[in-house]
Amino acid sequence: MPQTWQPKPPTPSPSYSTGWLGWARKNLFSSPGNALLTLLSLAVLLATLPSMLRWGLWDATWLGDSRKVCDSAAQDGSAGACWVFIKVRLEVFLYGFYPEAQRWRVNFTLALLGLAALPILAPTLLRGTLRQTLFALAAALLMLATFGMPCAIFTACYLLLPLALPPLVRQRPFLELFAGRLAGVSAGLFLTALAATLLYFAAGQAGGGGAAGPIAVTGAILVVFLIFVGRLTASAWRWILLFTVYPLAGFFLLVGEVFGLPLVETHFWGGLFLTLVVAGTGMATALPIGILLALGRRSTLPVIKTLCVFFIEFVRGVPLVSVLFMASVMFPLFLPENVTFDKLLRALVGIAFFYAAYMAEVIRGGLQAIPKGQFEAAMALGWPYWKMMALIIMPQTLRLVIPGLANNVLSLLKDTTLVAVIGLLDLLGVAKASMADTEWLGFTKEAYIFAALVFWVFCFAISRYSVYLEKTYHTSQHYN
Amino acid sequence: MTTPAPAATTARQAIITITGVNKWYNEFHVLKDINLEVGRGEKLVICGPSGSGKSTLIRCINRLEVHQQGRIVVDGIELTNDVKRIDQVRRETGMLFQNFNLFPHLTVLENLTLSPVWIRKMPLKEAQELAFHYLERVKIPDLAHKFPGQCSGGQQQRVAIARCLCMNPKIMLFDEPTSALDPEMIKEVLDVMIDLASSGMTMLCVTHEMGFARTVADRVVFMDSGEIVEENDPQTFFNHPKFDRTAAFLSQILNH
Repeated sequence: MPQTWQPKPPTPSPSYSTGWLGWARKNLFSSPGNALLTLLSLAVLLATLPSMLRWGLWDATWLGDSRKVCDSAAQDGSAGACWVFIKVRLEVFLYGFYPEAQRWRVNFTLALLGLAALPILAPTLLRGTLRQTLFALAAALLMLATFGMPCAIFTACYLLLPLALPPLVRQRPFLELFAGRLAGVSAGLFLTALAATLLYFAAGQAGGGGAAGPIAVTGAILVVFLIFVGRLTASAWRWILLFTVYPLAGFFLLVGEVFGLPLVETHFWGGLFLTLVVAGTGMATALPIGILLALGRRSTLPVIKTLCVFFIEFVRGVPLVSVLFMASVMFPLFLPENVTFDKLLRALVGIAFFYAAYMAEVIRGGLQAIPKGQFEAAMALGWPYWKMMALIIMPQTLRLVIPGLANNVLSLLKDTTLVAVIGLLDLLGVAKASMADTEWLGFTKEAYIFAALVFWVFCFAISRYSVYLEKTYHTSQHYN
Repeated sequence: MTTPAPAATTARQAIITITGVNKWYNEFHVLKDINLEVGRGEKLVICGPSGSGKSTLIRCINRLEVHQQGRIVVDGIELTNDVKRIDQVRRETGMLFQNFNLFPHLTVLENLTLSPVWIRKMPLKEAQELAFHYLERVKIPDLAHKFPGQCSGGQQQRVAIARCLCMNPKIMLFDEPTSALDPEMIKEVLDVMIDLASSGMTMLCVTHEMGFARTVADRVVFMDSGEIVEENDPQTFFNHPKFDRTAAFLSQILNH
């Protein structure tokens, strides 16, 4: 008769000194060397921090609306910062030379982006149809209060559409209802053309005039997705809208000449707004192109592989400034005389492709880390290449390369300041231009510090967000 | 869901026909003139020393490896470079791997439903019912909402079996399914495989589990250096091997 064996019960771990004292002993004074470094750091902080705070906060001039306030303060002997300068020029810092009466369009476009992106960026926050519907209605009310009826209606439509489409398009894609692929494609094209034409005329009848174009394009995009993709989840629709309808809406809102909005040409754009436009479109276009380049570089098709390798290596070999110069100075020389592209557009394309090459290499690094077995398992289950990449390989890859991509996104955001070399005035450009203002000479420190702070806030938010993403996905991520 | 086991007749209808297949990795001749026919519902065990080409052979059947000479016909579809045919064959064959290869970013349930929904265009509800049916069958329905990394090796391999079954394959290929498992877990996977065998599935197993081969296999194939040395029913194979090479191999793995 064997004895009964029982595993030993677990015991609590030995207790060391806890609390803040324990923490300080462990982290600040764990060895003589460490203690010395701690004291040294304290000394440096004591030597620098008080004077910085005195200049930037206590002695600074906050109130007033002209240079005189700061000058008189300086004569009193308190030589603090003159934040009045920033306050007076704030609108220019934010919007550049966008006409004052039209600045609400910028605000609305950015607010809409925030509202459109929130359910995507923080999926855990808005789980469930009810919460999402309430969110859409609350957002619409907010827009009604801030921007008025048309904006509220547009916001409500935009946010409710992804919720309304899945139950409406419950069936298989329309494409599959037609026998044979060719019939499906031609039917799809026909229906798209029909829908576009109908929308065009409907909008024309409604007296929108210039509105017909954007509405027709938006409608046509939706029809294409309904025909070729069909049954999709709300979050998939949200992505589709963000990458199709939102950019169009944003473009027409900001440029104008439709819906009775006056035209604002891009050389009026500037400040933080321009920085965000360049960075935002840069990120949104560089990532998909980067994914395609990374896949292309790993392709077994020699032509595609060579092209991708050539492109990536070429772009990585030249500085961004030279790409921007090429885009703004050289590129027009190759075009026929009557063909011109907007300068901002050329810069955007240059930046997108430049960063796409870097992101491609980051993503390729992630692809190398995916075990070969993942591809084999997917293929053995009958997954075709693109579906496998989209649903099995890329979700894993992108999670792996979050830190690398965050790096790229941050440096993209900061590199937008380089558009200054082709005469576009982003936040830093506007700051520099303001320093040159004869009325406000001598406040360079304030302008630079303000610009740096704004950049820091955005970059810090992005880096915190990347940490949040890593945490969200790694709780569900268990590689062996 | 399962079809009753067809009577084991001697003249089965062939579901896989391999004729004169040769394959090289650069200069290395991995498969040498392989001829093999597998009947519908047959259980075939392929064994042999490592490097004998047994894994390569079954990976050729769903075109994870490309053969350079000869013909492979699976359920009437000949494997060529034609992507459509490859997809057709892959949809009819399930494959199990040594390292399970579950998708680590998806829960067990999502692992099971993803392919039926996206490849077979099955409605999600139906796919989930199917998934639970097969999780029940491999005896781990309570793991549905866990991630693969939270499951033991044996559980992962059973999830992998259920994942294949959700695609309703006609043929199952097993590439050393128990080689990466602790001895305690091998049995739970083998039990599921035995259950599967009794349901009439066509099975090709590359394995070193000779006990499994004895009880389940209709036929055992022994391979060495890229060739099929001999094939026979398990009784004859284990008790009266035709070649000294086979006898040497068997004495290596059976006596220790």
